[in-house]
Amino acid sequence: MKRLLEPTEDVVVNLLRLANTKLPADIGWALEAAAGWETGEIARTQLGAIMENVKKAEHLGIPMCQDTGIPVFYVRGRFDSSIASKIAEGVRKATASIPLRPNTVDPLTRENQGSNLGDGMPVIHYIPADVDYTEITVLPKGAGSENMTRLAMLNPADGVEGVRRFVIDSVLDAGGRPCPPSIVGVGIGGTSDRCVEMAKEALLAPLDSDNPDPVLAKMEEDLFSALNSSGLGPMGLGGSTTVLGVRIRKACCHTASLPVAVNIGCWATRRASARITSDGVEYSQGAVL
Amino acid sequence: MRTLRTPLSEDLVRSLRLGETVYLYGPVVTGRDEMHIRALKLSGEGSPVPSGIEGSVLYHCGPIMRQNGDGSWSVVAAGPTTSARMNKLEPEMIRRFRIRAIIGKGGMSKDVAEAMREVGCVYLAATGGAAVSLADGLGACKGAEWLDLGMPEAMWRFEADRLGPLIVAMDSEGGSLYERVAESLVRDRRGLPARPLSGRRGRPGR
Ligand code: SF4
Repeated sequence: MKRLLEPTEDVVVNLLRLANTKLPADIGWALEAAAGWETGEIARTQLGAIMENVKKAEHLGIPMCQDTGIPVFYVRGRFDSSIASKIAEGVRKATASIPLRPNTVDPLTRENQGSNLGDGMPVIHYIPADVDYTEITVLPKGAGSENMTRLAMLNPADGVEGVRRFVIDSVLDAGGRPCPPSIVGVGIGGTSDRCVEMAKEALLAPLDSDNPDPVLAKMEEDLFSALNSSGLGPMGLGGSTTVLGVRIRKACCHTASLPVAVNIGCWATRRASARITSDGVEYSQGAVL
Repeated sequence: MRTLRTPLSEDLVRSLRLGETVYLYGPVVTGRDEMHIRALKLSGEGSPVPSGIEGSVLYHCGPIMRQNGDGSWSVVAAGPTTSARMNKLEPEMIRRFRIRAIIGKGGMSKDVAEAMREVGCVYLAATGGAAVSLADGLGACKGAEWLDLGMPEAMWRFEADRLGPLIVAMDSEGGSLYERVAESLVRDRRGLPARPLSGRRGRPGR
């Protein structure tokens, strides 16, 4: 879908609308595949309700989930410092026009300005790159799944087995709260802050793309089958579909550290990107950073 | 599958079995943390609480609402929120207001289950995130209380019109699907072959 050049604010509104009303195709396919193998009656009811809901939301052009989340932005390529205020303005417009639920509050007074803006919001990550476009990606993150985020500074001696156990425990302890079947984002290594960032970035990799690192690809397969053998199931009500996918990113770390972070994405892991070039804007939902 | 008309009688609630699928018709109110806190505070002070809480079906939900030109409200999206956040407040809420059913996601604590057993109340699991379908099922908005709490935290009144599917996940005898699942949870099975994931492009769902 290519459009003529639009003001960045409007691109952000379009992005938020696309992300909130249309589930990325790869997640839709994973849900269909799950409905194919799932045998439990309650689990099948849950998957059926999710898929029907996704269809209705897309058809009616309204958000698939009432928790339209906190929008997390990734800006990659060429940009200047004015982009932050343009994105903020887009969020304000989108909140009123789509509409999005006003979720953003002061952490202590809990005061809600009603616009999804406020100190430090929205969250924007900047990735400068020597290309001739600006790419804005949004990942609206609901609280049900975000609240299950975990970071562990493991002992290097805990090794791969320690990482594996931590991921399994984090997902199973979360139970039905992050609306499983979920997508599990894992960050391994880096510093504590980078590790948590990677876990969230991992959710931007489509489920049908291969992890370029064969070791991580194997870990993803292993965790996928271990988690789906757990019996937790859709909404934590039992079944063989606990996760739709596991995506891992890693970075090098201190020789005395082994950081691991888990960021769970619910079935409604929403994402959309816009690539802005000199002759137009192209929207897509197959984000990878 | 059963269709039920609200308000629910204690007898009816006690006849609901774990794992049953139900659909609701009739009055339903929403409430999250702040609504619980205010209702309990007012009633603790002996002040009146809005009608519709006593004997209600209480939906843990912060909907997206749209105000129409004539001042009335329509529901846009309304899936369940995580019920565990209300674990501390719910036992008192159930006892004080004879709540007959709670709709939410993720289940609730043993203390809540105990209050449910005492009073005659069930926990109905709604599909998390199925906000458009559930908004359809909530039907017409019959007004709101405490809008100063903000859109998600206000208490909204609805006249449900086939709200569901809802699964009886905690019954009025202390039974819980979540506990059953937790008891049989397999934490660490090694060496299983990956599931055969047939997909249209590559292998979706890894
Ligand atoms: S966890 Fe996801 S699907 Fe569930 S309510 Fe939150 S945003 Fe919606």
